[in-house]
Amino acid sequence: MSSAASDAGAPQRRLAFDQQLPLQLGKQFRLQWEPSQGCHVLLYPEGMVQLQGGAEEIMKRIDGKTTLLGLISALEAAFPGADLRDDVVEFAEIAHAKGWLITRAPAEL
Amino acid sequence: MSSAPGRPIPLWLNAELTYRCPLHCVFCYNPTGYAQHTDELSTEEWCSVLRQARDLGAVQLGLSGGEPLLRDDLESLVGEARGLGYYVNLITSGVGLNEGRITRLKDAGLQHIQLSFQDSTRELNDFLSSTRTFELKQRVARLVKQHDYPMVMNVVLHRINIDHVSEILRMASALGADHLELANTQYYGWAFHNREHLLPDRAQVERAEQAVAEFRAQHEEMKIYFVVPDYHATRPKRCVNGWGTTFLNVTPDGVVLPCHEARMLPGLEFPSVRERELRWIWHQSPAFNRYRGDGWMREPCRSCPEKERDLGGCRCQAYLLTGDAANTDPVCDLSPEHQRVTGAVEAAAQGRRSLPLLFRSDENSRLLLQDSDGGRARDLHGGGGCPGG
Repeated sequence: MSSAASDAGAPQRRLAFDQQLPLQLGKQFRLQWEPSQGCHVLLYPEGMVQLQGGAEEIMKRIDGKTTLLGLISALEAAFPGADLRDDVVEFAEIAHAKGWLITRAPAEL
Repeated sequence: MSSAPGRPIPLWLNAELTYRCPLHCVFCYNPTGYAQHTDELSTEEWCSVLRQARDLGAVQLGLSGGEPLLRDDLESLVGEARGLGYYVNLITSGVGLNEGRITRLKDAGLQHIQLSFQDSTRELNDFLSSTRTFELKQRVARLVKQHDYPMVMNVVLHRINIDHVSEILRMASALGADHLELANTQYYGWAFHNREHLLPDRAQVERAEQAVAEFRAQHEEMKIYFVVPDYHATRPKRCVNGWGTTFLNVTPDGVVLPCHEARMLPGLEFPSVRERELRWIWHQSPAFNRYRGDGWMREPCRSCPEKERDLGGCRCQAYLLTGDAANTDPVCDLSPEHQRVTGAVEAAAQGRRSLPLLFRSDENSRLLLQDSDGGRARDLHGGGGCPGG
């Protein structure tokens, strides 16, 4: 965690990915709005995840340009007053482990 | 994938584009009487199916068959589907996939290819599919990788190849498979006809599971799905996530089914997209409402605390083995007819075979159709009807 984004008392965890790099969807994943389900869904080979609440807010901001810190700022701007950092970091780690999110290598930038 | 409670959404559309196939697999689940259904939907008709199902909420599309690559309009259908917002999966033997075609399919928006293999050895692959396709499949596997698709292999397991699981795992690894599905045969269609040849012994299944466990421990990079063989289980599978809840299958000639196999069920009239709108078929047709929910259940399912979990199993298997689709799937050891399953396993283990192994082919399909009812359900189980429709 960079000190700029750390709150007092927040765990100083080391992330499984480089948070300076922009996040993008894993190669086989596609995010889209499904009117019949009333939510965004994440599609992958022969499967689908419905995204709701915080997960939906995070995933729909993944654009291949925004870093984790940028994501936190964007969400805190969208939901003023809420302390979202830990939730976003936790979700990003899970999503990264599942392959939903990957970091964009510097060579691709 | 499952629909939220409320109105069911057919999230998964499986489009069986053709029953034609260059392979002749003995374990194929297509109907044995497929040769009588030659009037395939046109490109325009398929496009209409895609639009109508998308309007109902379908989002995953499986393009299967038969061999979908035999349709010259496959690229157009992929393009149409992608434009409508489907996630497009191709389920193929790989025969007919070359550099030009895979490039065009990718450009059209194909996102996923599942490639089937019959065995790890040329001899058995070629024997089981009654073709010379083993090297071709290896080439196609490399093509899939080169075009940046995940390499997803499917191998159907049965008595004849299940002892090769270790070799199959090594082959998959050598070809760079990201996912390997080891699918124990489900006994419908041709596989049901050939069941006495294909059912493995319990010891074979246990050895295979052991081999998979050992391989998994050493190869974390490859995801392996081992689909448990129904006939060796004591509880049935929750079939297609529940009748008319999630899955919509359209046959090559346009008949709309709640699963791959329901065409065989007597007394149900499955409408064709040539006659009715898909919305009516899915929501309103008597056939799609026949086994929705649990109102149709009899004992032992009706009062069973597990009925929500497996929904009584597979209606088609209940019909094939007991002669009545409303019975409990006899895979369940609470079924009074469970011995239909254990008896079949025992007979196969003792090598009792009454019929030769029959390869799937147009000629054999016509022979079985002439043979009064296209399959053996009647002979074996006293049930009426015809697996071939």
